[in-house]
Parts: sequence; structure tokens; C-alpha cells
Amino acid sequence: MLEFLLSHYNYAIYIALMMIGLYAILARGNLVKKIIGLNILQTAVFLFYISIGKVDRGTVPVIWPAGERPPGFENVPYENPLPHVLMLTAIVVGVSVTAVALALIVRIKAAYGTVEEDEILEADELRDREGDA
Amino acid sequence: MGLALASLVTDAGPALSVGLCLLAIPLIALLRNRPNLREAASLGVATLNFLLVAAIYAAHGRGETIPVEVFRITDDLRVAFRVDDLGLLFALTASFLWILNTLYSIGYMRAHHEHKQTRFYICFAASIAAAMGAAFSSNLFSLFVFYEALTLVTYPLVIHAETPVAKAGARRYLVYLLGLSIAFQLPALFMVKAYGGTFEFHAEGLLRTSTASAGVLSLIFVLFLLGIGKAALMPFHSWLPAAMVAPTPVSALLHAVAVVKAGVFTVSRVVFHVFGVKLLGDLGVHEVLVFAACFTIVTASLIALAQDNLKRRLAYSTIAQLSYILLGVGLLVPDAQVGGLAHIGFHAAAKITLFFCAGAILVATHKTLVSQLDGIGRRMPITMGAFTVATLAMIGLPPTACLVSKWFLVEGAAEGGHGLVLAVLVVSTLLNGAYFLPIVWRAFFRPSPDGETGWKEAPWPCVVALSATALLTIGLFFFPGIVLDLARGVVTAAGGVR
Amino acid sequence: MDASLPALVVVVPMLAAILTALAGRWWRRHAWPVALLATAFAAAGSLRILWRAVHEGVVLYRMGGWPVPTGIPYRIDLLNGIVLAMVACVSFLSVLWMRESVKREIRQAGQASYYAVVLLFTTGFLGITITGDVFNLYVFLEIASITSYVLVAMGRRREGLFAGYQYLILGSIGATFVLIGIGHLYMATGSLAMTDIAARLSGALVDHPSVVHTSFAFITVGLAIKMALFPLHSWQPGAYTYAPSSASLLMAATATKVAAYAFYRFAFTVFGTHYVTARLPQVMDGIMVMAAAAMVVGPLFAVRQDNLKRMLAYSSVGQIGYVVLGAALVNASAMTGSIAHFWNHAASKGALFAVVGIVVLRSGSPHIDNLRGLGRRAPWTAAAMTVAALSLVGVPLTGGFVTKYYLALGTLETGRGVLLAFILLSSLLTAVYMWRCLQRVWFADPDLEPAVTREAPWTMRVATLTFGAACLVFGVFAWIPVDIASAAARALLGEN
Repeated sequence: MLEFLLSHYNYAIYIALMMIGLYAILARGNLVKKIIGLNILQTAVFLFYISIGKVDRGTVPVIWPAGERPPGFENVPYENPLPHVLMLTAIVVGVSVTAVALALIVRIKAAYGTVEEDEILEADELRDREGDA
Repeated sequence: MGLALASLVTDAGPALSVGLCLLAIPLIALLRNRPNLREAASLGVATLNFLLVAAIYAAHGRGETIPVEVFRITDDLRVAFRVDDLGLLFALTASFLWILNTLYSIGYMRAHHEHKQTRFYICFAASIAAAMGAAFSSNLFSLFVFYEALTLVTYPLVIHAETPVAKAGARRYLVYLLGLSIAFQLPALFMVKAYGGTFEFHAEGLLRTSTASAGVLSLIFVLFLLGIGKAALMPFHSWLPAAMVAPTPVSALLHAVAVVKAGVFTVSRVVFHVFGVKLLGDLGVHEVLVFAACFTIVTASLIALAQDNLKRRLAYSTIAQLSYILLGVGLLVPDAQVGGLAHIGFHAAAKITLFFCAGAILVATHKTLVSQLDGIGRRMPITMGAFTVATLAMIGLPPTACLVSKWFLVEGAAEGGHGLVLAVLVVSTLLNGAYFLPIVWRAFFRPSPDGETGWKEAPWPCVVALSATALLTIGLFFFPGIVLDLARGVVTAAGGVR
Repeated sequence: MDASLPALVVVVPMLAAILTALAGRWWRRHAWPVALLATAFAAAGSLRILWRAVHEGVVLYRMGGWPVPTGIPYRIDLLNGIVLAMVACVSFLSVLWMRESVKREIRQAGQASYYAVVLLFTTGFLGITITGDVFNLYVFLEIASITSYVLVAMGRRREGLFAGYQYLILGSIGATFVLIGIGHLYMATGSLAMTDIAARLSGALVDHPSVVHTSFAFITVGLAIKMALFPLHSWQPGAYTYAPSSASLLMAATATKVAAYAFYRFAFTVFGTHYVTARLPQVMDGIMVMAAAAMVVGPLFAVRQDNLKRMLAYSSVGQIGYVVLGAALVNASAMTGSIAHFWNHAASKGALFAVVGIVVLRSGSPHIDNLRGLGRRAPWTAAAMTVAALSLVGVPLTGGFVTKYYLALGTLETGRGVLLAFILLSSLLTAVYMWRCLQRVWFADPDLEPAVTREAPWTMRVATLTFGAACLVFGVFAWIPVDIASAAARALLGEN
């Protein structure tokens, strides 16, 4: 068991990061900290994808012209490049989400004067009650 | 050639009939600013429709006709029509009384200066279209569609006055009828399809070949009884007195012609053509219907005794009389079934007379309570004469048609050895007498409180209509043939009559 | 052109989005016509693709001409043909509808970019629907999601900002879960093309069953958040309530159902019917329970709302249950009902949100009392609302009845008659809250001044009436959607 964990330590880190991220999103009341949690969660996924692309003793996935392989690279497998490519896209997505989220937070701060979830909810409730009266 | 024409009429007739009634809607809408033409159109369409149904009746042989598909919604769900005895019984009753009801409405609505008369006539035409569709539907889905349509198009009629009372009554009407059919009839419908494999009615019951367990089949039957709210079985009857807030022609339409008759008609369809007499007998679940009907007859009659509002008293009488029909059908004894089915037509003629009279009294004297009717017979002799005839029919006395149906009912109950049912029939006859005869007595033998004695009848269309229905009630006593033959046809096809 | 239509249907709205965003700065008035043309093209194209799918079975388009496991295929069968046509047509009608509403609700400088976001939103959902590659699906899912967050936040009230933020958080968790699931799927099979994964899955199940199970679990939970399946629906009421009317309309009619489609696609095409019935029947049972609960809980909340948009949002929580139940029952009849509901719900909810948008435009607020007198002053709008309400309740001759009929048949065929009670209870509750609306529309006290004093502008009226008419067409000529839906269901289940 321990050996399994140690040999797959990258997966263990991935799961740990995922949990930290989720915890931050759910437990934190500060909107910015939630976004940080979301970023940690996304980073965990990056790590996961990179891990599944790992090939034992693999090297850079470059196609060499015939007969021009540098010495030492003749019979070496190469890493699976596909997950890396996928993660380029996922990183872009992550950045976009963060950008939108931060833009929203700026607007929220301007409208409510705070970035704390409970204070925002309180303000909304207050307004609802005033609206009823 | 004659045969080809006959089959053309029976094939195309039902769809034409529904189409004709629907055609009245744009016609009435177009003529909304010409009241005379508008009402002439209503009356004309009513007459044409009855002639058409009569032609279908004449062309209809004893045998089965083939369902004619009007349109396919999906492969499972089809709107299709077929002519058969049960459908004709309902269609003839409704289409004939619609003419008189229209005539009566003209007099009533004008004398009362009712608002939104165009909407009224449109919904009237729509509801008769729905009734025709229900009568001729050849499958359960099709029947369900028209049954629901009838609820929706009669709603604006019930809420017509748009007063808070009318709104409350109309809400109860809608909540009961739609709620019951969504909650109970709809699952029954789905279960029929799932366990019977088809929606198509069959002379011996479409579920006769079902492999479902007795428990499931019994459940389906009970769901139908609960779901068909229009049959006004207790305890789901209270929509009917609530709907009394509507103008009187609407009450007549609801209580005699379209709505409640659609309810008992649907129950009859379920008994005969969904389950079949044999399957129901094997299951034994028809006794639920018998007990419910007996309970309703006695209870509704007792409640009617206590009502001072004339229309409410009539409403409870209707609830009791509807259960006669259900009782007859549910006994599964051929004679009783003939009696029950014939009561659809006979009771319609008598009850519509009563409502016409109630409306005429309201129009002429603005009186709504039984206790106000002292001496009214001398001021409105024609109206109260007709009322008396209909009263005799309600009790089941000669010379009225309802004696015939009641006779069959009693005979059937005796034949089947149902002592309880016989007792119920006797008690209810006494009760009917107890809540109707005092009205007649007041009208003719008590002095008028305000001392006026001059004639003061309602407008002539009202008087003509109520006289016609009263005469019809008597006429059907001497010539009950058409109605009885149709009822016998239904029972024979189900394998009942020897 | 016909051969490359699948690509064009997605690319044209995307290019139009860029065009409106750039050109809109200088020619603001041209944003709406460009958006309208682009979505009209998508609608026509998607109907053409559906037509081909009906006749040819499967329409396949290879991006860049690469063979299937290597490149990204666009693969349209009957199931996504239906959803594609739904998304494209709803987008077209919504854009047609939104001109006046956007003028009123979005500040002038933002109007062109609003149309750009709407077009990107459409692109995202069209892409999710059309693609045959799981990672491509994820990318489109994110495009659709990010634009949804933006749309929600563009409302006038500040509550919209926070609703958009909450949606962003939950939506991102959902999308990330889907991404993790796709990763596990890739880990187990080494492929990203749906049909290729399906072919390799039986081998993967022998070698790494737990990886496959993990993948299914993540994807299911992720998509359940995206489709607002009870109890993961909390983002939805706020988002629909505070978004601009036009965004509510667009999202309510398409967004959650496309996520539900993705679930159908994963469960029955990628993982396969055998996998979900034989290997993990408990998961489907769990989803069945959630769907049944949603069907009742959604309307239960809707009954108590006075804000029409919030009421309809809770209604959507219930309606998604109908869409998912068919999948959970794994039965041809039930699935026919659910797949037909993609169109039926789009039509009814589209019409209802369109009407509410008109009420907001004319009276300034989506409060239920502002419906009073609608029947007198705006009879066409009121008629559309009535038909849509009847369809939502499931009255015969409307689309909703057809859905309920086939679902009910499915519950009985699979021996789960208890679910029938949930369907009926849901209908009754729906009748209650729709009745609250219709009573105000048609039977309001005539002494009260109507809140809506005149009919909607013609663009709104045409779109609203089209939605309403669709409710009737799908109920009266129901064989059109049902025949396709039933063929799609049987194809998914491998029956013939």
C-alpha cells in the first residue's frame, strides 16, 4: 500500500490539491479566496493530466528526421504529448474563468462595498425586506 | 347505393358534427355586433347538428362500424370516431336538447341583459362540440381529450358573471374536475395502455385479454371512478352545487345536457368497453360502484331536502339521479343496465325542464328561493305546469319517461337479488317526493304573499323551450322506443340481454 | 456547402460574435441584424442536418479531414440532431425577440458586446451538441459556461452580479469534474473520440474497472451540477431571476437541457447501455430518485414565488427531472418521452420567459401581479402564455402531454409504477402555479388598471407566438418529434 502511494505520489498530490481547492471554495466566505480555491482545484487537474501522460523513462516527444536522432535517444520511448496539449487549452480556460470572476468581484465590490459572502447576502435580504415594506 | 350513402354518413358524420359545432365559433364571433344574426346562427347550427346526428342514427345499422381516424397525434395517440349505440344515445340527447337550450338562452340572456353574450355563445358551441366528440370517440384517449376540453370550455360559462362568488364557484369547478382527472383518470389511462396494449374500445372490453393481476385491474377501475369527477359520485360532488352560480342556461347545459352526462357516459364506456361486463363480474369490483352510487343517492337526496335555494336543490337532485344511472350500469344485470342507460336520455329531458323553469321564475319574478314560491303557479301556470311534469319524472311517476327507466332498474335489482339496492330505490323515491312535491304544493295551493294574481310568464323563447322539454318527458313515456333500443343495443353487444 | 454544414453551423455564430464585438464599437445598430443572420443560418443549417440525420442515420464531419481517433469528428445522429435543432432554433427566436428588451435593459455602450456574448453562448451550446470528441465537448462546455456567467451578471440589479458569481463557482466545479472524468476516461482507454472510447471500453473495463467507474462518477456529478439536477440546482433560481430577460429566455430554454444531453451522450454512447444497466445499475437508480425528487420539489418551490422569473426557474428545476428520468429508466418509451421533452420544454419555457420578458419591458417588473389585464391589453401575448402553460401542465393536444404519456408508459413498463405518482403530483403542482398566472391574465378585476397597457413590439410578438405555436404543433402533430425521438431512443439503447 505504502509502496503504491509512494510510486504514485503525483496522484496523491493531485487528490490532496483537489481537496484543498474544494475546501477553499466551499468553506471560505471571501469571494477572492474562493477564486484562489478554484485555481488550486484547476491546478490539481493539470497535474493529473500531466501525470497520465507520463511514460516510464520517456523523453521529449519530438519527431526527428530519419537518421538524425541524437545519440542516446535511439531506443527511448517518448512522453505522451496529448495530455500536455489538452492542458494548454485547460490553462487558457482557467485563466478566462479567473478573469471573469475577478471582473465580477470588482463590480460586486463597487455595488455592495464588500467581498464577503455573508455580508452580501445580508445586504440583499435587507433590501428585500425594505422592498416589501 | 343506399348502403354506400349510409356508410358514408356513419363514417364522416361524427367528424362533420364536431366540425359543424366548431364552425359555429368563428361565425358567432364574426356576428358579434349583430345579436339577432348571432343567435340565429347559434340556433341554425344547433338544428343542423341535430339533423346530422339524426341522419347518423338513421344510417347506423345494428352492426359495428369501423373507427375513422381524424388525425394521428403519435402512433399511440389517435383521435378517431366511431358510431355505436352508446355514443348515439348520448349524442342524440345532447344535440336535441342543445336546440332547446339555445332557444331558451336567447330569451333568458336578453331578458337578463347579460354581459359578454358573444363569449357565452362561443363557449356554448365549443362545449357541444366537445360533447359530440366525446360521444363518438372510438378510443379512450380520444374520449379523454374531449372530456378535458369540455371542462376547459365550460369554465368561462361558469365564471360568466365574474363576481367574487362566481369566481369562487368556477375555481372549485375547475379544481375538482381538472384535479381529479389529472390525479386519477390520467394514471388509469396510462395503465390501460400499459396493461391492455391499446386504447381502442371493444364491445366486450379492451382489457378482456389483459394479463395484469386482478389487483392491478381493480385499481384501474377504482382510479377511473375517482377520476371521472363529472359523474359527481360522492364525495367528489361539491363542484356541482358550486357551479350553480352560473346563468341558468349554463346550469341546464351542465346538469342535463353536456357535462354531467359526459361523466356518466364515460363511466359507462369504462364499464362496457374498457373492462367489459364479464371481466368486471369476475373481478367483483363493480360492487364498489354500486355501493358508491347507493350512498350518493341517499345522501344527496337528504341534503337536497335541506336546500332552500331552488337551483341548489336541483343540483343535489341531479347528483342523486346521476347515481341511478351509475347504479344501473354497475349492477351488471342486463335489465338494470338498460334502465340506467335509458335514464341518460330520460333524466336529461326532465332535469333540463326543471332548470328551464327555475330560470324562467328568476327572469319573471327574480325569485331564487323555494320559500318564495308561494302561489307562483297562478302567475306562471305554464312554467309551473311543466315543473310539475318534471317533478313527477324525478319521482318516477307516470306519465313520465323516468318511470320506464326506473322500472327497468327495479326489475334488474330484483332479478339480481340486490335487496339493499331495492331498499335504496324505495327510500330515494320517497325522498324525491319529499323535496319536490312541497314546491308544487306551494306554487299552486298557497296564496301569493304579495297578492298579485295576473299572468307574468318569462319571455316566449323560454316558455316554448320549457314546454317542449316537458312535452318530451311525457312523449318519451309513450314512445320510449328510440332510447330503449339504443340502451338495449349496448347491453346486447356486451353479451348481456338474452 | 452541404458537406461542411456541421462545421459552419458552429463557426458562423462564432465569427459573427467576433464581428459584432469588433464592428459593434462603431456601428452599434448593426449588432442585432448580424446576430439575427448568424443564428438564422445556424437554425436553418441545423434543421438541414437533422433532416440528413433522419434520412442517413449519422452525419459525420471530420475537422481538417483527419481520420476519427486522431482528429476531432463532428458526429450527428438523431439524438444530437434533435438537440442541435432545438438550440439553434431557440437561439434564433431569442435573438429575434431580444432587440427591444436589450435596448431597455442593457446600457447602450454594452449592447454590441452583449450580442457578441449571446452569439458565443450559442456557439458553445451548439458545439457541445455537435461534437463527437469528449475533450472538444469540455472546451465548448466552458465557452458556454463562461458566457452564461457573463450574461447573468449583465442584469441591471446588483443581485445579478452575485448570482453570476455563484453560478461561476458552481459551474466551474461542475466543468472541472467533467474534465477530471474525461481525464480518467482517457487514462483507461487512451482515446478521446466518443465512438472510439466506446469500442475500447470493454477492454478497459477488464484492465482498469475502477478508473472507468471513477470517470463515470465525476462526469455524472459534474453534469448534474450543470443541468441543475436537484439537489444541485441552487445556482439556477438566482441566475435566471437576475439575468436580463433576454438572457433568462435563452438560458432557460437551452442551457440545462444541453447538459442533460451530454449526460445521455456519455451514459449511452460513450459508456454504453450495457455499462449503465449491468455494471452500475445503482447509479441510474440514484439518478432516477434525484429526477423524481426534482419533478416534485421544483414545482413545490415554484408555487410559492411571486417573482415570475424565479417561479419559472424553479419550474425548470422540476422540468429537467422529466428530461433525466427517461435516461434513468433506460427504457425506450420513457426515453422517447424525455427526448421529445427537449423540444417540448424549449417551446413552453421559451414562450413563458418570452412573455415574462414582455411584462418586464412594459411594466418594469416581473411581479406576478403585473400580469393582470394582459388578456385584455395584449391578447396575443396572453394566448401564447396560455398555450405554454397548458403544455407545461401536460394537457392533451399540447407537447407536455406527449412527454408525460411516454414517460408514464415507461415507468409502468419497467415496473416502477410508483413514479407515476411523482409525475402526476408534479403536474398538479404545475397546474397550481400556472393557474395563479393565468387567473391574473384572463380574470383580473376589471376595475384594476392593467400593468401591461399594450401589445409587445412585433419582433417580440412574432418570436413569442412562434414559441407558443410550437407547443401546440408538438402536441397535435406530435408524431414529428415523437417518431424522431423514439428512433433516437431505440438507437441509443441498441434496440430496433
